[in-house]
Amino acid sequence: MTTTSIAPRTTADHHFETIGQFVESRSAILCPPDKRYLFEARLRPVMRDHGIADIAELATKLKGAGSLVLGEAVIEAMTTNETSWFRDIHPFEAMRTGVFPDLIEARAATRKLSVWSAACSTGQELYSLAMMLDLQFPELQRWNVSFHGTDISNEVLAQAKAAKYSALEVNRGLPAQYLARYMERDGSHYVVAESLRRQATFAKLNFIAPWPPMARFDVVLCRNVLIYFDMDVRVRIVRKIRDVLAPGGYLILGSSETSLGSVEGFTRTVFGRTTVYRKEQR
Amino acid sequence: MLAMVIDDSRAMRSILRRIVVELGFDVVEAADGQEALDKMSAGEVPDLALVDWNMPVRDGLSFVTEVRANKEWRGVTLMMVTTEGEHAQIVRALAAGAHEYVIKPFTPDAIMDKLQILGLVGVPA
Repeated sequence: MTTTSIAPRTTADHHFETIGQFVESRSAILCPPDKRYLFEARLRPVMRDHGIADIAELATKLKGAGSLVLGEAVIEAMTTNETSWFRDIHPFEAMRTGVFPDLIEARAATRKLSVWSAACSTGQELYSLAMMLDLQFPELQRWNVSFHGTDISNEVLAQAKAAKYSALEVNRGLPAQYLARYMERDGSHYVVAESLRRQATFAKLNFIAPWPPMARFDVVLCRNVLIYFDMDVRVRIVRKIRDVLAPGGYLILGSSETSLGSVEGFTRTVFGRTTVYRKEQR
Repeated sequence: MLAMVIDDSRAMRSILRRIVVELGFDVVEAADGQEALDKMSAGEVPDLALVDWNMPVRDGLSFVTEVRANKEWRGVTLMMVTTEGEHAQIVRALAAGAHEYVIKPFTPDAIMDKLQILGLVGVPA
């Protein structure tokens, strides 16, 4: 005889349901009971910041009037840490129309290109570029093209290596034609095609600790990370990046980090709406 | 610009309406693909249609196919917004003429990202 036991709903379940309904109605993010551990982990800092003792108090406050700031914090907590594919679009256009056409001509003799995503997080920037190059420059399939991703967090690197993303993550900016062409379904997740994954390597790197010996790169993407450092540290990091860039290679910074391009040894070049920094030939 | 939100769930229509209104669209709603086609035939032709797949009367794929078959509706941008996440389904929708594809669940940012890809919403410099 087979028996099925159904766990009784607790008061905590009821509060989570209330919070789940709130999040769902405001963001379209579903909060199923089996994701409750994730839910709790993300809400904990919000509760601490707002002096909320427990989940019951949070549920009550979200239901009450005047919960706008708290409500936004809850939504934010449920949606951050999602880096998007083709983030900001313009830098990828600059790479498609300017950077890579130039490099493909310049490296025709060696047929070798090396790209470094310096703060790669969960890998979307690196794989976005790998997909774009494969689709837009099919001649590169006969080249030796490699992608290297680094980050300070082991957790994000593990996901980048696995190249496995939820629907929520895939939705963030990955064009449908890339989704259809370069992603394979794996249960409720999507995995980057093996042909692209085998071009990628990942390693932990702390910008402000000594760097291990590194290969020469033709393109370094270091976007929206230097803003977290003091100016003198930023300049020091950009100089170190310059030292690992091949002559004629490109540094691409975040759009708000353009003043850093004044570091010696770079020539500013504008492609469309993006400024890139080309290491001088010497 | 006009967006048509086509979904048999009133709650989902309401969520999508709120998102695209915030992005500057006027919105018209339809509860299934046939109601959407009827509204378009009556003159409410949107710039953008957000299309659920599984709906009564006429499903989203059939709606997309019908819209693509009508030259007068060539300018309508079609974006599937659906729980159908199988690779084969995504390929089918694109082959039928959908321009973009969002898998439920999604965040409001996901809709904005896709509309930026489609050039319907600007990207900050």
